[in-house]
Amino acid sequence: MLSPEELKEIEAEFPHYPNRQAVCIDAMKIVQKHRGWVSDESLKDIAELLGMSVDELDGVATFYNLIFRKPVGRHVIMVCDSVSCWVMGYERLRRELKNRLGIQMGETTADGRFTLLPIVCLGACDRAPAMTVDEDLHLNVDPQRLDSLLEKYK
Amino acid sequence: MEKVLTKNIQPDLSYVDVKAYEATGGYQGLRKALSMAPAEVVEVVKQSNLRGRGGAGFPTGLKWSFVPMGSDAPHPKYLVANADEMEPGTFKDRWLMEGDPHQLVEGMAVAAYAIQADVAYIFLRGEYLLSAERLRRAIAEAYENHYLGKNILGSGFSLEMYIHMSAGRYMCGEETGLLNALEGKRANPRTKPPYPQVSGLFGKPTIVQNVETLCNVPHIVKNGADWFKGLSYTQDGGTKIYGASGKVKRPGLWELPMGTTIREILEVHAGGMQDGVRFRGLLPGGASTDFLVEEHLDVKMDFTEVAKVGSRMGTGTMIILDDQTCPVGMVRNLEHFFAQESCGWCTPCWSGLNWAEKALTALEEGQGQPADLDHLSFICNLCAPGNTFCALAPGAVEPLQSALKYFREDFDRHITEKRCPWSSQ
Repeated sequence: MLSPEELKEIEAEFPHYPNRQAVCIDAMKIVQKHRGWVSDESLKDIAELLGMSVDELDGVATFYNLIFRKPVGRHVIMVCDSVSCWVMGYERLRRELKNRLGIQMGETTADGRFTLLPIVCLGACDRAPAMTVDEDLHLNVDPQRLDSLLEKYK
Repeated sequence: MEKVLTKNIQPDLSYVDVKAYEATGGYQGLRKALSMAPAEVVEVVKQSNLRGRGGAGFPTGLKWSFVPMGSDAPHPKYLVANADEMEPGTFKDRWLMEGDPHQLVEGMAVAAYAIQADVAYIFLRGEYLLSAERLRRAIAEAYENHYLGKNILGSGFSLEMYIHMSAGRYMCGEETGLLNALEGKRANPRTKPPYPQVSGLFGKPTIVQNVETLCNVPHIVKNGADWFKGLSYTQDGGTKIYGASGKVKRPGLWELPMGTTIREILEVHAGGMQDGVRFRGLLPGGASTDFLVEEHLDVKMDFTEVAKVGSRMGTGTMIILDDQTCPVGMVRNLEHFFAQESCGWCTPCWSGLNWAEKALTALEEGQGQPADLDHLSFICNLCAPGNTFCALAPGAVEPLQSALKYFREDFDRHITEKRCPWSSQ
């Protein structure tokens, strides 16, 4: 069941497009904003609201890397693995993150605090290496100062 | 040099509101456009020699001229800003959207008027949260001041403008992939023809245009085509936001006359290479451009001149390769990106690029064979323009084919030494 708040936010998008299917990506992002990820149940609810088949909607959901079809931790770390960040030290940053968190890319820490993912070019190439944690963009990331960077994300 | 696109951008990147934007001539371009016939606006943009700054460099006025006009034209017509900046090494549109969001709004309004569009979308990549916040504010201010909405400034022209935040994937930056994403589908490309100008978003006439391109439009209408041509050192009109990333002293962005030399951007503005490293090569305009090397440093960075030496200006943000960085590793990183971002629709792309990544990984791990180099050349030919459904694969093999040409000895060393020669660093 979609909450009244989720429904209200999704319905606010309807006037922007000539049909409901066009809202499906926005709708999934709205549900993910509230719940952290898009479960099978949420997918069914959204599909029904928009007049799409579940398979069709899942086909769209699984194309887009920013839509999570599995649960994630309380905080999602996305570290840029594209060329400029690679030149400026991505591999060392990745190694430090994996060691510090004790997980591989794509995994979540056992305490449910962090999920670690790669992301493509964040458009901050002059201040590489770059990464995001939730809605925060971190630039010129120093792999030796990750503790203080990650500290505020409880 | 007269700053055009970046004159309002504050050093602390604080928000430039509608009043501050108007104070330096903002929305005068829109006012002037509304007093002209739409065809006249298209003509001045054509005469200005403005070319698309998203990577392809297609002449903007010419693109607009294919949109059906007149009372029989299908409606609604659409104007879409391609704000899905994801070409690796490219970070210029972010600067423009965060630094002067009204400039994009005005550019979109003028372009929409020129093609008589009814609805405009900003297709903005989901990671650009500050851009979204700034653009939302600017759009709200524009509506309040009658620069958007019904009967703009009493002209009779109406335009609604919405932001759509993407959910990722590089293919959303491809014109027809973007249209599919905006329609709530997978971002596979579409056959052309029909071209989006005739049958685009929801089957209606649509112009998809890069952010930087649109930002030039109000200035061209306000000041004229000759003024715009006069800003450039070459035939391609205007100024350009150039950038540099990699091991240079001052990575960053600079607005300069179109046609500034690569050497000037690298040595004067980016401060040259960091201490302890030397220049080996560069990708002039993002990941999907061919390497250039030392002999090309005096080439003027415009669409025409860079094409003459076998590359593309693309986005104009350069990625620098230094002598302490392995070229094979760099190309492997690039092909990992392209293979991953392949939408999977056509075989040469999804299959060829994945095999390319495998071969490059083998080389980097000391497992490479001479036949791998033949295979990589084969993939470059396989993914040539015309063999694939869109330009992702042809772009993907540009750094690969040029690396095989300019850094062949480095590839050979990975094979003969059975290791990456840079791997001890």
